[in-house]
Amino acid sequence: MIANIPYLAVVGLIVIGLSAVLFRKNIIKMIIGITLIEAGVNLFLITLGYREGSIAPIWTSSPGGVMAYPVPQALTLTSIVIGVAVTALMLSLAIHIYRHHGTLDVRKIGGDDQ
Amino acid sequence: MSFLDQLIIHGPALLIALPLLGAFLTPLIGRVNDKLRNLFVIIILGITAILILLLAQEIFASGPITYVFGSTAPYVGKETVIRILFEIDALSIFMAMIGIILSFAAAIYSWAFMEKNTGLDKYYALLLLLTVGMLGMVLTGDMFNFFVFLEITSISSCALIAYYVNKAKSVEAGFKYIVVSTIGALFVLMAIALLYGQYDALNIAKLADSITFSFVDKIALVLLLAALAMKGGIVPMHMWLPDAYSRAPASVSLVLIGTTQAGLYGVFRVLFTLYGNVIELPTISMGWILVILGLLTMLVGVIMAMIQVDFKRLIAYGAVAELGYMFLGVGTCLTVLANPEVTLAQAPFAFEALKGGLFHVFNDALDVGLLFMVAGAVYYATKQTSLNSLGGLARNMKYTTVFFIIGLLAVSGVPPMNGFASKLLIYESTYQLNPILSIVAILASIMLLAIFVKVFHAAFLGPALPQFEKVKEVPKSMLIAMGIIAAFIVLFGLFPDLIVNTIVDPAANALIDNTGYLQWLTGGA
Repeated sequence: MIANIPYLAVVGLIVIGLSAVLFRKNIIKMIIGITLIEAGVNLFLITLGYREGSIAPIWTSSPGGVMAYPVPQALTLTSIVIGVAVTALMLSLAIHIYRHHGTLDVRKIGGDDQ
Repeated sequence: MSFLDQLIIHGPALLIALPLLGAFLTPLIGRVNDKLRNLFVIIILGITAILILLLAQEIFASGPITYVFGSTAPYVGKETVIRILFEIDALSIFMAMIGIILSFAAAIYSWAFMEKNTGLDKYYALLLLLTVGMLGMVLTGDMFNFFVFLEITSISSCALIAYYVNKAKSVEAGFKYIVVSTIGALFVLMAIALLYGQYDALNIAKLADSITFSFVDKIALVLLLAALAMKGGIVPMHMWLPDAYSRAPASVSLVLIGTTQAGLYGVFRVLFTLYGNVIELPTISMGWILVILGLLTMLVGVIMAMIQVDFKRLIAYGAVAELGYMFLGVGTCLTVLANPEVTLAQAPFAFEALKGGLFHVFNDALDVGLLFMVAGAVYYATKQTSLNSLGGLARNMKYTTVFFIIGLLAVSGVPPMNGFASKLLIYESTYQLNPILSIVAILASIMLLAIFVKVFHAAFLGPALPQFEKVKEVPKSMLIAMGIIAAFIVLFGLFPDLIVNTIVDPAANALIDNTGYLQWLTGGA
């Protein structure tokens, strides 16, 4: 049971994130929602590579014993870096939207398009 | 070993390295001289195009190429080693050709079209990065690598869509696109994690070999298809596409078509290769899902296009409709493949449908690309985008008018243009699966013709308007870019057999028969 808690946390993070993106009207909160989904997916990747009682996968100074799997950690690191770039881009767009409309409420932005 | 052989052997790495390094050199060269920078970007893309042609020749002659980054052997003892594979078969190089033609034309077009804007150093750098992402998506043989290139494409295309930051609508389109595509990419990453957790592999060939279609695999398939079809702009996930295409600069819309189709490539690769060995297992055939999505896409696209008054937005909905044809063709093939009672030899129409669908991917890129460039040219000359305020432009812009007529005929499938060649293949083959499919497809084509004839009348015919008296023909670089694409359209339309036999046929074969793609598992590389 205790080993499944990370997976429950993954589901929780992704559901909270998705609901924030879908139902929140504030652009900043939507961006927070996306980072939550991202955190959920990253946590999932890390959990996949973890073995009970394992140590960090550093070959050169290993005291022996079970090591955590290194590939998911490499993937997560890449994914985090990409996530930072995406978040920065979204926030910069949010700044521009605020400059144009004076608000971040999606209901007050846009309109005349079909 | 001659220089040319070396070039072909390391071609896959160079295809990514060249535009990637070029992208980061572009701002430096822009400091020296603007014209030099434009020339540099065009030369980089030109060399990339030549490399793709060389590789294509090699692949069509002697089968798929596997290029290994990292360790040369897949296993050392029992340990898996770190390595990334590029697997390039006929389909990958087919998609790469589409991408590079569009990028090359966009770079030439930008010379005059973007001249008066600021921030061009970044614009060109992003254009090259977008090309890298597009090429990487279609060349890679590794799922995680695919995700990385997907994100490179998302980020650079989002920044380009929001290029006109002084216009509120562009920024909103960019934000919409980044939200949708980031969530999509995270779904892809989740699916990759699900597959990785079960099979301890990221390589597409390795995964395809060991996949069992368990419950988790089904979840991964749904996540992958939903996310990639969204990147491909298939109804009901198309809502970002008209905004993004119509608010971006015309040269960017051109390259965006390429990224959309890289998303479609992902769908095809997932269905035919990754899940290729278990394609007969799904109880509800994936093929029918694709066919129904295709029909919906066509109908929603044309119906929405009818009521638009904005030139580029109208073309964007036309582009949505065109995407439906590809799904229809490929889906028809899948229905036969997934049916255990019928073999491919008993139903030759399935292969024709696949060829039609793939050929239409190429044709759609050219047709819609040309129309976007014409819309951009009209905007450049008149600063108007609304069809209500345009009129009589054929008097002053005779070349642009000719290019629009070519694009109009091609997009609505009128002979002798290329759209007719691929649409005829789709009509003929889908008719044998179910006549209703081809009836809807023909209906959508007729409506497309009606819509674009209306546009032609509204923008180019009619009395000369006083405010457009001083309108001049657009500069040469834009005409050259349009000319290149128009030449391809006419060439493909006049000699469809040549194109289908030399490049479409191998691509379709590569999709159906994935043994070539799995070759490194059993010996090669």
